[in-house]
Amino acid sequence: MAAHGAVAARGGLRKALPLLAPAYLWLTVAIFLPLSAMVFFSFMTDLPLTGKPWAFTLGNYAAFFSQSLYLTLLLASLRLGLEVTLWCIVIGYPAAYVLAKVLKGRSREAIFLLVILPFWSNGLVRIFSWAMVLREGGILDTALNAVLPFKINIDLMYSYPAVIIGLVHSYVPYMVLTCYLTLQAIDDSLIEAGRSLGASRLQVLKRVIIPLSMPGLVAGAALIFVPVVGSFMEPRILGGRTGTFYGTVIEDQFVAVFNWPLGAALSFILLAVVLVILAVASPVLRRAT
Amino acid sequence: MRMPDLTALLTATAVFTSAFAFTAQAGEVHVLNWKGYGADEPWAVEAFEKATGNKVINDFFNSEQEMLTKIRTNPGLYDVVMINAAFNDQAMAEKLIQPIDTSKLPNYADISKDKAGSPMLDHDGKVYGVPWVWGLTALAINEKSFDKAPTSIAEMWDPAHKGRVVIRDDAVEAVQFGAIATGQNINDIKDMDAVKTKLTSLMPQIKTFWSSENDWNQMVASNQIDIGTYWSGSADRAKTHFKLPVSLVIPQEGAVAWLDAFSIPVGSKNVGGAEAFINYMIDPKFYVEWVTKVGAPVSANTKAVEALPEDAFNRKVMGDPEVAKRIQFQAPITDAQREVYLALWQQLKVDVK
Repeated sequence: MAAHGAVAARGGLRKALPLLAPAYLWLTVAIFLPLSAMVFFSFMTDLPLTGKPWAFTLGNYAAFFSQSLYLTLLLASLRLGLEVTLWCIVIGYPAAYVLAKVLKGRSREAIFLLVILPFWSNGLVRIFSWAMVLREGGILDTALNAVLPFKINIDLMYSYPAVIIGLVHSYVPYMVLTCYLTLQAIDDSLIEAGRSLGASRLQVLKRVIIPLSMPGLVAGAALIFVPVVGSFMEPRILGGRTGTFYGTVIEDQFVAVFNWPLGAALSFILLAVVLVILAVASPVLRRAT
Repeated sequence: MRMPDLTALLTATAVFTSAFAFTAQAGEVHVLNWKGYGADEPWAVEAFEKATGNKVINDFFNSEQEMLTKIRTNPGLYDVVMINAAFNDQAMAEKLIQPIDTSKLPNYADISKDKAGSPMLDHDGKVYGVPWVWGLTALAINEKSFDKAPTSIAEMWDPAHKGRVVIRDDAVEAVQFGAIATGQNINDIKDMDAVKTKLTSLMPQIKTFWSSENDWNQMVASNQIDIGTYWSGSADRAKTHFKLPVSLVIPQEGAVAWLDAFSIPVGSKNVGGAEAFINYMIDPKFYVEWVTKVGAPVSANTKAVEALPEDAFNRKVMGDPEVAKRIQFQAPITDAQREVYLALWQQLKVDVK
């Protein structure tokens, strides 16, 4: 019986191979090879590309610990990641709930389209349009002053809040989509049962809806947190003189001084830190679900 | 696996995105330059293509490091590359560029002797770069914020401009600017601490770090800044082409001067076309049209500058012997120095957060 099962599995695998091959080939060529090259670079003194002699070293990793600069920036980036994720939950979760449970038919499609729309526009275009909105004398400033009876001065451009706004706007669709999927799967009769047994709306939310939609929240949070910690474009354009983060320093190493080994080492330290955070968080989150 | 094989494999892997890029064909001139910097002007490309039958294909870089990376990783793709003279040495040492036969460039004879004979471009009696234009990294002001143009670099530190000052996000430029502000030689900075102290006190004044002409021009257009470091050619372009209230200030303390030159990469498949293109780029006719229509830095070709009207900024101010005394030309910088400058610059940016 067991042998028969194994044969069947092997046959299944053979049949599945043509279907799996493109994905695995792509992963190998596009992700695994460049990434292993980067691991290799991170232990080198110089790039072979420049034709200069090179040797193996741990110096690039030591550089992270020898200067307080990198740690300060890493902490700032982690804080940025947490704040952006939090705002995405605050904004995205209620929107996902309304989409999944309140709206039906046409209006749901329309709202859904609005949520997805930012995905279809280029990231850089999005950031530059925020620049037009947020600056002094920009769209937000002019519009508010036209409506309000008193004069206010809004110049959010080139500040930390501007970076948060830009990043939340870019990443909130992830949260809406992942939460929408789990919220939609919740059987309405569970909510009705809770209500008919005397639970208040808040209790239903706390005891039924949030626990059941936790996988979506966690997936969304991970999808957002990881790229935001390494983000460099948004802080650079919107952050002004406060826009230096761990990601922008890595970018400088690759683009400004051509020190790929140090840039690669800093990236892998970030990867390690993020993996540790996710590993520590996952049992807690799993218990919550 | 033998080591060279491994190295080759890794190199190939690292650059695999660009390795499959198109290979150049004869009759095409692949040019690598900053975007919006003369070589990609549609009227110029059209005139050159009509005159020589070569097709121009422009590619761009956003920093000198990116330019070097592009020629390193795409051997044989480019025919003409624009290299800041301070980087020519490094490009030659890495065998990225080849000697140029200047007898094929009729306009080369008109290039001013001090530029053509620059030790940064000529090595062992061979010419590795044809001087094209030179200019300054000086200050530019938003005319709306000043009744009278300032004369001193100290204006950047004036509390009246707090939050309305910009500086380019470039470690080398920032450190050399600090050297000028502390009265030092930009190519031989003795007192790095003084530079650091001076720049530290500048940071709270800063609105943002600009990285492209477009950043600078937009901030002036929306009246968000008063003063900042800027390139002379860009200030000219902002005024001539974009009609912005921008004017260049060459502070009494001095300014950083740079020389841009054209080189031909090793492995170019169309050296003849490359020579024709470089000759066209240093031609007075192209230069006058460039200055008039768009705005440009100062040509290294003396005949080209003489072809400008007498009162033109690039002839009157930039050609002024008094200005020549104040400016300091950038010399090559070693990788080690660059690392030190970057570390200082990053520390300054973190401290101001």
